[in-house]
Amino acid sequence: MRAAIATVVFLGVPLIAPAAEGFDDIHSFTLDNGLTGVVIEDHRAPVVTNMVWYRVGAADEPPGQSGVAHFLEHLLFKATDTLEDGEFSRIVAANGGDDNAFTSQDYTAYFQRIAADRLELVMEMEADRMVNINPGDEAVLAERDVVREERRQRVENSPGGPFNEHRLAALYLNHPYGTPVIGWDHEIAQYDEEMAMSFYREHYAPNNAILVVAGDVTVEEVEALAEKHFGPIPALEGIPERRVRPQEPPQRAERRVEYRDPRVRQPYVSRTYLAPNRKPGDQETAAAISVLAELLGGSGITSVMAQELQIGSEVALATGAYYNGLGLDDQSISFYVVPSEGVSLEEAEAAMDEVLERFVEEGPDPEQLERIKTQIRAAEIYGLDSQQARARKVGSALTSGLTLQDVEEWSGLLAAVTADDVVEAAKLVFRPEASVTGWLMSEENTEGLGQ
Amino acid sequence: MKMFASALVIAGGLLSVSAVPVRAEIEIVPVTSPGGITAWLYEDHSIPILSIEANFRGGTALDPEGMEGAVTLMTGLLEEGTGDMDATAFAQATESVAARFGYDAHLDSVSISAEVLTEFRDESLDLLRRAMVEPSFDESAVDRVRAQIVSMRRSDQTDPDSIAREAFYEMAFDDHVYARPTEGTLESLAALDVETIRQVHKDALVKDRLKVSVVGDITEEELGPLLDDLFGDLPQSGPERPEMAEVKLDGEMRVIDLNIPQSVVVFGHEGVFRDDPDFIPAFVLDQILGGGGFGSRLTEEVREKRGLTYGIYSYLAPSDFAGLYIGSFSSANGVVGEAVDIVKQEWAKMAEEGVTEQELEDAKRYLTGAYPLRFDSNASIAGQLLGLQIADLGLDYVNQRNAMVEAVTVEDIKRVAARLLQPEELSWVIVGRPEGLNATN
Repeated sequence: MRAAIATVVFLGVPLIAPAAEGFDDIHSFTLDNGLTGVVIEDHRAPVVTNMVWYRVGAADEPPGQSGVAHFLEHLLFKATDTLEDGEFSRIVAANGGDDNAFTSQDYTAYFQRIAADRLELVMEMEADRMVNINPGDEAVLAERDVVREERRQRVENSPGGPFNEHRLAALYLNHPYGTPVIGWDHEIAQYDEEMAMSFYREHYAPNNAILVVAGDVTVEEVEALAEKHFGPIPALEGIPERRVRPQEPPQRAERRVEYRDPRVRQPYVSRTYLAPNRKPGDQETAAAISVLAELLGGSGITSVMAQELQIGSEVALATGAYYNGLGLDDQSISFYVVPSEGVSLEEAEAAMDEVLERFVEEGPDPEQLERIKTQIRAAEIYGLDSQQARARKVGSALTSGLTLQDVEEWSGLLAAVTADDVVEAAKLVFRPEASVTGWLMSEENTEGLGQ
Repeated sequence: MKMFASALVIAGGLLSVSAVPVRAEIEIVPVTSPGGITAWLYEDHSIPILSIEANFRGGTALDPEGMEGAVTLMTGLLEEGTGDMDATAFAQATESVAARFGYDAHLDSVSISAEVLTEFRDESLDLLRRAMVEPSFDESAVDRVRAQIVSMRRSDQTDPDSIAREAFYEMAFDDHVYARPTEGTLESLAALDVETIRQVHKDALVKDRLKVSVVGDITEEELGPLLDDLFGDLPQSGPERPEMAEVKLDGEMRVIDLNIPQSVVVFGHEGVFRDDPDFIPAFVLDQILGGGGFGSRLTEEVREKRGLTYGIYSYLAPSDFAGLYIGSFSSANGVVGEAVDIVKQEWAKMAEEGVTEQELEDAKRYLTGAYPLRFDSNASIAGQLLGLQIADLGLDYVNQRNAMVEAVTVEDIKRVAARLLQPEELSWVIVGRPEGLNATN
């Protein structure tokens, strides 16, 4: 729970740091073709992080092509009209840089970390692969096998992988967030070059991209380089102002997922409620839900769940809560309880429900709320240390429907959350009919760790 | 919101780019306290924070026999209360000053890291001192944290990565303490009592095995007394450390059955120590063979050309009392045999032929150019300064390191390849249901 933007907003709270020197510089610009640029200056080391974020992710895929956004991400490291297969990363490496990419439900992002005087080189190559990839059938088929191995490694090789996929699929009745980012294996197996290229032609364009550069640069330099290399690429018609995905109908039935797997040695129970996302100009509710998650399960010792279930009743070995409001559409808040030896999943679930109910009745402990706010403000300062993390915060927010102003305001909104706001947020999201309860169990033993 | 990172791509080709000019320009100052504790300091006042990395050599290798997991449990208990503060009071006090502390046990060390705000520096470091020097080891906290570790160890029993790693160390080190699981077994964890925890605390956190780096908003003058406050009350020295370990890897292949779709493979043989005169050429060799993934031969052959894995890596793994050269990857059960064969071929090829001029040139450009990326934040600089001290590399290493990489020749690599790479000793642990692979035991 932290937002790494330099303009630190302290709302009526004593504390903390004198403004950090030289960190008040975030600038943005827009090219005529619609490309947005954001520059985060940090002149401590002669290094830059160059990122290109596309406003397209797994939730924008056509039906039946799950994971194609991520697959395309892999193909951007293959040949273009002028670079051969793998040459992109080879050139980055030969210039002492690191590069990689990642895909989420809402965005696809590519980045390099490299000496500041090599920025133009990587920007030129990013502009090239925005519109010129030409991977070829052979490379596409080999990469398809790589992605199937990636899925085995990330999902199939541990019981938690399929369990989480089923929980998410049960949470969303209609929205594509219920489909895993990496895709279902039977659909990955059907990928071909045209499928990926068609997705590429539809979504990769300057007016669907955000350039984020952090490090030892100035906004003037970056804008000039962006104009030179991205400027000549024409805007693509048909990119929507706002992406519209199938939305959730009213949710009316509590769902349960019981996943049994002989590999499970430590069963646990989870609960996930649909929850609002951070919306542009309207992040107060998400801020309150963020603080709610911190209060209930943000610490393994001081959180409400840890105090009551681990230290108090000793029903649980571990507990936690998680909410990330970043995303174009409705997100979720999750809780988990790992039961102690001899405690069944049923008992663990009942104990968790009791804690949540009591919290809504009694509200937060003011001292705990104050400590969390201290940490929120401190996170702003600690966050300045990593140029890469700062670039990620901005890029992920701008590709999730938010503005730079929303990013700047976020920390202040978190700090302004009151005890009443938290209780209201809890009442808003704790709706059984919009929830999924998950039990991860071993095949032979549904009673928790009885042995 | 799960993210999926592409591990990277690529291998050797011709590039005409100029050499990378950047160099890490940082001034490191060794500061010795009145009480004789030395830390390496890099001052940077641009953010009002301070990063401290402390590392006590010794680690889980100091676990008494039959008490495996004692150092891990002790380390996990440092934040669970001190003096009149129980676990909750200590955690609340830490949160009130927004300090961030980390405690980790490793095979050869216990590491403690701290990030604190200048505004709350004194309060924060007093908490850290009390956690290190006067932990309570309260019985209820011992039982609670032990139960958490036991639960994780149970889950490890069906986790292929954990199974493979432990089996490999067991195979490599036989009856040496390095063969033991660092987090203990279900039996040894059950046997641990408070007395043992107190003993390993005295053994593992001692001043004459301490390395410290400090980065951020503090001056030399302020740091000296602060070091004495933090560490001064720890015992001076601890018990004997282990003997040198003999690496017993002789080409064995061990297959461990687990019903999973993808086999997890760990392979390797004896490597080199960090202070070996051939370490730098060996490091460059590894970069080309399998290190990091960038354009490495293993990534090119196993992933790029054939799609047999999502990622394959190798790395030099020098411990204080043994050197290993290790690699790992995962492949579907049906094709893992093919991937194993390719690794064997590449190992043999490198051992016989070494590398090309172009490969060496590319590797040097990457390694020298990427070195400054390790110094782009306070946290990463603190990690680097600690690593330099642990390896006893000296204050000037930062300025010499790229020249040492540049000096490596194709002949050096060929000589080191012949010495380091022993295809017939390459040993394997494979966890899964691999098809067409037979264990040798």
